[in-house]
Amino acid sequence: MDMVAGKVKMTQQSVNSTMNPIDALERPIRLTARDVTVHYGAKQALHGISIDIPDRAVTSFIGPSGCGKSTFLRCINRMNDTIEGAKVGGTIKLDGEDIYDPQLDVVELRARIGMVFQKPNPFPKSIYENVAYGPKIHGLARSKADLDEIVVSSLRKAGLFEEVKDRLNEPGTGLSGGQQQRLCIARAIAVGPEVILMDEPCSALDPIATAIIEELIDELRENYTIVIVTHSMQQAARVSQRTAFFHLGNLIEEGVTEDIFTNPVNKQTQDYIMGRIG
Amino acid sequence: MNSLIIAGMLLVLLGLAYQSGWSRSRGLATTTGVKVHSRPQYHGSYVAIWAMLPALAILALWGWFGDGITANYITGQIPADVLSGLDPVALNATIARIRSLASGYGVAGDVQPFEQAAADALRSFQFITFVVVTVLAAVAGIAALLYARSQITARLRARNAVERVVNVVLIACSAVAILTTVGIVASLLTEAIHFFSFVSPIDFFFGTVWNPSFSSTDTGAHGQYGLLPLLAGTLMITVIAMLVAVPVGLMAAIYLSQYAHPRLRAVAKPVIEVLAGIPTIVFGFFALVTVGPFLRDFGNLIGLDIKATSALTAGVVMGIMIIPFVSSLSDDILNQVPRSLRDGAYGLGATKSETIRNVLLPAALPGIVGAFLLAVSRAVGETMIVVLAAGNSPVLRGNPFEPVATITVSIVNQLTGDSDFAGPQSLVAFALGLTLFVITLCLNIFALYIVRRFREQYE
Repeated sequence: MDMVAGKVKMTQQSVNSTMNPIDALERPIRLTARDVTVHYGAKQALHGISIDIPDRAVTSFIGPSGCGKSTFLRCINRMNDTIEGAKVGGTIKLDGEDIYDPQLDVVELRARIGMVFQKPNPFPKSIYENVAYGPKIHGLARSKADLDEIVVSSLRKAGLFEEVKDRLNEPGTGLSGGQQQRLCIARAIAVGPEVILMDEPCSALDPIATAIIEELIDELRENYTIVIVTHSMQQAARVSQRTAFFHLGNLIEEGVTEDIFTNPVNKQTQDYIMGRIG
Repeated sequence: MNSLIIAGMLLVLLGLAYQSGWSRSRGLATTTGVKVHSRPQYHGSYVAIWAMLPALAILALWGWFGDGITANYITGQIPADVLSGLDPVALNATIARIRSLASGYGVAGDVQPFEQAAADALRSFQFITFVVVTVLAAVAGIAALLYARSQITARLRARNAVERVVNVVLIACSAVAILTTVGIVASLLTEAIHFFSFVSPIDFFFGTVWNPSFSSTDTGAHGQYGLLPLLAGTLMITVIAMLVAVPVGLMAAIYLSQYAHPRLRAVAKPVIEVLAGIPTIVFGFFALVTVGPFLRDFGNLIGLDIKATSALTAGVVMGIMIIPFVSSLSDDILNQVPRSLRDGAYGLGATKSETIRNVLLPAALPGIVGAFLLAVSRAVGETMIVVLAAGNSPVLRGNPFEPVATITVSIVNQLTGDSDFAGPQSLVAFALGLTLFVITLCLNIFALYIVRRFREQYE
């Protein structure tokens, strides 16, 4: 991997030509993880993960089931705090600030680092209320008009507004799976995060809904730092600029997506890419 | 003793039949080498079921008609001149005396010679019939056993046949529960209709005075049976109970399901549920001896006139009684809310209490309401606490610090003591019971409907 004074070199073009080709860019590093370990009770799930995640690009974590990629993702916004018996070690810094600092406000951190889950999980409320919930609890809107604007613009950014503009007061659970997932993305965007974590966001969706979400991720990259965990190597190749391969709780290899897929250094990565393990 | 012998015989038959079917099936598999449709256990069960059916049918027939046949036989033993002097009631009494003599329990008064003779005859008759019935059942069972055994071939679908029998047994068991309900409702209904021939339904459902005057000195009048004071008492106590149980139970559930450490939860939850296992009579005297006087003294302190036995006392203690009911059900329902919803809220940066208030509770609300309604129907039907602690004063008034009476207590009052079921004084209990039944039935149906709707949302 090419490290040039804290900048990470991005690939010349994305693997999939239907997406926007990516110009040669150098992005500052947003997230730094050093020697991150996670224990669930006596079982160690992560063995010293160190990685840098660049600003306004998509970084994907791939690897077979149980390799720790989702666990690591959940460390980044401290969602592992809600799991009984989970213990996190090492340091993760967002813009140089340690997110495991006891002084740090977890609630505020999670507003800065949004998350989209594997299964679409809209609240059993209206579409409007789903998106408005985050801004409400964080006091982001000064008036009803303000809130309306946040909701509409978030739905627009998530590419859902045109489909739901006439039924904002209907329950979010009534939407299709793909729409629900975009609603969850809109809900995450509404809080105004800098980083969006996506935990296998398409694994419960059909191919068409998946394609729509992938396109959306590519657009969101303009404004957000995105980390996506995915089962599908094709998806990693299509949407991400950098890829990290996890295996058995270890980070085996990480680098520019194209390099990982065409020219992996590590034997295990090679085997996984070729379909020999996982 | 006789039943024991029969039960023993049936068990032996069962074992024999199973064993013979099983061994025959084994023989089939080893000698022929053909693929056998069912495994030996099924062939064994198949023969066992076949052997049981005729035996049980004969015993059931005897159980059904045996009593009548015996009574006829006894009547036949009574000398004709005595018989002609007996009316049906006296005849039944005589038959009962002869039966007691025959079984050796002895009877009151002097034993007439003809009674002793009839009893002796009855004893031998009973022995003979018993032997005949037992032998018949055994022979029929063995015949059926042999027949079923001869049926066993490699292609016999014993497995499917056993499956059908299991199906029938299961249906029979659920039918018992359903038929019991139907029977109880039917008897409530007929007796209540009987009651309404004395007192008009309008006077009952809309009457404001409850005074069932047991004294027969009133000329013609049966007393007054206005339901409203009792209904008001029931509702008042239920409302007070829910005011105690709902907040405490719900918050306990939230604490247990969301905040408590698993180890604490593992201890606290069973302890709370033990509260549900305390007999209601214990709650009753707890109310009478402790809570009532405490509330009265407390009322004195703050200048309120609270009677020791009052709607408040009964309601508070009943509320304590149903706390575990509310908390346990709510706890289960809160745990059913998918974890992904909680994660979604945390992922947006909601705090724990925000997540509970804005996401968890709304999602669980229908289920929690269902739990409350089930608790209400328990409170409405609760008797013992009210008997002891509510003061039994069936007067229509709105003050919870005064004694009241409820529907359940009035049923107890009307039925305890010497009551024949001819007058409205006793029959009113059925009308009250029916009213209570309809109230709790409606609440239960409504609650189940709501709980089901909640389930559909997530599964």
